Amino acid sequence: MAKPLLEVEDLFVSFKGAHRTTQAVRGISFNVGREKVGIVGESGSGKSLTGRTVLKLTPKAAHIDARRLSFDGIDLLAASERQMRSIRGNRISMILQDPKFSLNPLMRVGQQITEAYRLHHKVGRREAEARALAMLEAVKIRDPDRVYQLFPHEVSGGMGQRIMIAMMLIPEPDLIIADEPTSALDVTVRRQVLTILDELVTRRGAGLMFISHDLNLVADFCDRVLVMYAGRIMEDIAACDLRNARHPYTRALLDSLPRLDRATDMLQVPSRDPAWLDGPTIRSGAAT
Amino acid sequence: MSALATNAQGTAQETALAVSHLNITFGSGAAAMTAVDDVSFTLGHGEAFGLIGESGCGKSTILRALVGLNRDYEGTIRFRDTVVPRQRDKSFFRRVQMVFQDPYASLHPRKMVQYVLAEPLRIHGFDRHQERIDEILSAVGLGPSFRYRFPHELSGGQRQRVAIARALIIEPELLLLDEPTSALDVSVQAEILNLLKQLRRARDLTYLMVSHDLAVVTHLCERVGMMSEGRIIEEMSAEDVRAGRAAEPYTREFLEASTGYRPAS
Repeated sequence: MAKPLLEVEDLFVSFKGAHRTTQAVRGISFNVGREKVGIVGESGSGKSLTGRTVLKLTPKAAHIDARRLSFDGIDLLAASERQMRSIRGNRISMILQDPKFSLNPLMRVGQQITEAYRLHHKVGRREAEARALAMLEAVKIRDPDRVYQLFPHEVSGGMGQRIMIAMMLIPEPDLIIADEPTSALDVTVRRQVLTILDELVTRRGAGLMFISHDLNLVADFCDRVLVMYAGRIMEDIAACDLRNARHPYTRALLDSLPRLDRATDMLQVPSRDPAWLDGPTIRSGAAT
Repeated sequence: MSALATNAQGTAQETALAVSHLNITFGSGAAAMTAVDDVSFTLGHGEAFGLIGESGCGKSTILRALVGLNRDYEGTIRFRDTVVPRQRDKSFFRRVQMVFQDPYASLHPRKMVQYVLAEPLRIHGFDRHQERIDEILSAVGLGPSFRYRFPHELSGGQRQRVAIARALIIEPELLLLDEPTSALDVSVQAEILNLLKQLRRARDLTYLMVSHDLAVVTHLCERVGMMSEGRIIEEMSAEDVRAGRAAEPYTREFLEASTGYRPAS
């Protein structure tokens, strides 16, 4: 097997408080290769924080500790802020949940995409513009010349998210971290956006970390799924096997979803076992 | 109109709510935007009906008009065979209550749960405040100890339970639910959906629910109205939805998009 892009071993993220230290991520290990890895979990399970830690975009108060946190041979833990800046956006980029809050409201969207490209590539304005237009076309925006001139408030949610994807993919990163990229979108728009993301990621052979709370979506969209609970990975499983998950927590989450294929009277409410907090991670069906 | 609707058990029952030819327009002249376009539907007593559609299709606008938050509508709304006046009176709210989407926004941050629950009792002139508060708190699965909590001391699921308790404490007949679980985690969503189902049975309630999540709506409602661009384009039973029996192409697309991810063609 090829060397994975991202290697995480025994990652801890904690926040020091006045009275006690909160451990948000507690000793997780996983690898991401050139594949689509989904991270699912409930709010507060540490999934977003894990994504941010990879880019070292955690709040100042966060304390990161890991035996290994490396991306393509670069030790991210030891990397200086200067080194991180050359990695962020260029080699690893992040797609956020809501384009309304993550695009600059005072800049035309085309300029934002151009800026993202010129930050990492020494090219002239003309060429960058041409690239941005091509990228807008790649994310299936019908009239790129017109959209290039628009401000973020003039575009719809689905279009905003596609612009965001264009902006994040234009420097051709090797790893994309998508934090709930479709939660703010309607179901039919969600499908279009995911199709585009899927196409671009597969075509470029990039790796994708897809953070979501939607198990069904992740099961269909990703190759592998990490299920997180209370800062730990409960299960690391191939997406196609998710329906036969072994960990009781994964099973409970799946059972708590209302189903479209059959009628259920009462839904299962997951009960939590304190033993899971320090229990082993089940990897592809075997406890490690 | 005293049409008899059929409820889940197949028995004819009286109509709880009848909406006919509802039109809502925002703006005027060239800038006029028709948000709700000639919408009619009826709800039998004890029935649960769901309105589903994408953002901007007008589903929440209908709820807001029904509950009287927007008086600028055309068409008639009948509740128990009487036309509801545009200016809603107290007797209407005594029988129709609403639960909002975001429990973080719909509870007053500086008021204790006890105060939140006592207010509707006071407004509607109920007696036995303390007993009723205890009763409703245990009915929604919270103990009497929750009386002295502020909203920030509650989790999202607990807040939504308080919001449901506030709506139900005056024993209404019709509950309007505006995306009651979309701000919650799946496990908490399961709790709230179970609670709503169980309360409906225990208290003989009628539900009108608005959501964009097809699985949630079909779980709770027997009948679903698919909305698009201000119209109800198709009415289906929950079984139809599960079996994927939809006549309109838009509904089919929506059904397909709701079941996980398949690449769009």
